[in-house]
Amino acid sequence: MSALAQQIVLGILIGGLYGLAAAGLSLVFGVLKVLNVAHGELIMLGGYAAFWAVALLGMDPFGSLVLVVPLSLLAGVVLYGALFGFVVRANEETREKNSLLIGFGLALVLHALAVRLWTADERSIVTPYGGAVITVAGLSIPVVRLLSLVIAFAVIGGLQLLLTHWRWGKAIRATAEDWQAALLTGIDVRRAYLLAFAMGTGLAGTAGVLVSVGYSVSPSIGLEWTLKALIVVVLAGLGSMIGTFVGGILLGVAEALSAAAFGGPYREVVGLVIFVVVLCARPRGLFGR
Amino acid sequence: MTPLANRRELAWGAGILLSLAALALLPLATRRDDVLNFVFLILLSITLAESWNMLAGYVGQVNLGHAAFFGLGALVARTLWSLGTPIFLAMLAGAAAAAVFALPIGAAAFRLRGAYFAVGTLALGEILRTNVLPEISTLPTADIGTYRLSHRYYLALALASLSVVMAGWLGASRAGLGMRAIREDEDAAEASGVGALWLKLFALVLSTGLAGLAGGLFAFYHISYYPSHAFSPTWTFDALLMTFIGGVGTVHGPVLGAVVYVTLKEYLAVRWVDFHLVIFGGIFIAIVLLLPGGLVQAGARARRLIHRF
Repeated sequence: MSALAQQIVLGILIGGLYGLAAAGLSLVFGVLKVLNVAHGELIMLGGYAAFWAVALLGMDPFGSLVLVVPLSLLAGVVLYGALFGFVVRANEETREKNSLLIGFGLALVLHALAVRLWTADERSIVTPYGGAVITVAGLSIPVVRLLSLVIAFAVIGGLQLLLTHWRWGKAIRATAEDWQAALLTGIDVRRAYLLAFAMGTGLAGTAGVLVSVGYSVSPSIGLEWTLKALIVVVLAGLGSMIGTFVGGILLGVAEALSAAAFGGPYREVVGLVIFVVVLCARPRGLFGR
Repeated sequence: MTPLANRRELAWGAGILLSLAALALLPLATRRDDVLNFVFLILLSITLAESWNMLAGYVGQVNLGHAAFFGLGALVARTLWSLGTPIFLAMLAGAAAAAVFALPIGAAAFRLRGAYFAVGTLALGEILRTNVLPEISTLPTADIGTYRLSHRYYLALALASLSVVMAGWLGASRAGLGMRAIREDEDAAEASGVGALWLKLFALVLSTGLAGLAGGLFAFYHISYYPSHAFSPTWTFDALLMTFIGGVGTVHGPVLGAVVYVTLKEYLAVRWVDFHLVIFGGIFIAIVLLLPGGLVQAGARARRLIHRF
């Protein structure tokens, strides 16, 4: 029983990161109607950036966020300018299909580049406090992963505040709601697109740092994280960042439960089952609101 | 599609089938295994590209987990074959398995618009990839002695011809017309009496079944290989890239794409082992953004550009 409870605790801890990964994808999809299937690769790059910051510059892994987040925002601006800015000029249906194709191509390019740069080996960041564990009621909670969950929650909360209170946050939400109406009220829609995309990439970078600290990075984690994020978005729907975070935790717990019931290799299957069940149960579509 | 374009398609199809028929004489003309292996690879790629094109090109549904169906076909065919089933039956079983796996995703995702199908197939591909047995599969020594490359070659030739004929038939048939109507505007197609869901499922079964057959051929071809390799996302990428280089939604586009892609890839892989993916990824993105019709429309695009000046 306590083994099961322990699994659930670990599921909640990684679920927070699923939520953070999904938040970026959800923001970009909700606002630009661009489904970036290279989102996981951006997380992977964020992880390697943190790895370099620690290994080459001797930074604290959590402290590397001050470096990685601005860099990933910048990467978002570049990617938007070079690729996705062209995609958003098409109508919505073409936009979605083209973004899928381009994202898939980009994912393979980034994966191949990462193998070239960092080899295919798994890497993780070792810290002096990495092995520390808090024990609560017989359950052990790794400090690093707990801290990651807290940071993920803080970032999501901050994002929600930005979207509801900041001038441009409101513009982004208006664009997501109806870009034509937003345009008519004088909102610079292109700018809102750019901001939302850069914020999505920034969220991916943040998630990448937390993944590399608490878990490990390798070039092949990209597709895995894209998938987790996609499933959380299907599960939680668009619109609410807090809802996405909760959806991530639900997926983490569901995976932990299925791993406990059917064995480790089957923890990935539950995501697909959730996906199909949600589609059958709510065919109105959870990608919609 | 205008009648003229249709006639052009027909001419292309006939030309391709004639070339494939001529290739049947190749094993008589040369005994060089490297040549046969190279043409085999092109033929396998034609089948794979046509199978992806059948869904993406005709119905407009993007399958991002095509490797799953290729891999399933390979896995089932190889397992049954090594248990003593004749290879034709084993490959058919592999194709059936691939189509059966595709149906739940299709049935759930096709009732909705948008990216659900792409997401579902991406998930299926990734999950099957991580869960398949990693052990190497090698033929028994007795079978290695009787291995004949020409058998594999002729089977590949037959499959490639089948895929071109299927694509051509589908393009000209009433079902294919309905499919293209769905691709252009699903609401308008439904309003004109096209059963969108059934046609999408039909295209899905044809596409994944053909991918399963290609997988079976792959399993029949290799003396030893890792079953997990057949599930690698690069198979999906290959299919996408070949179809887009050539021209998505046409019969001859994927054939042209397969020839160009396999030739370039073999050439590049000699120089830079893994780097060709970076180059092809870049080419792919450029084609999606700048030349969505692929090579088969490059001529028309160039003429239009020249006329503008």
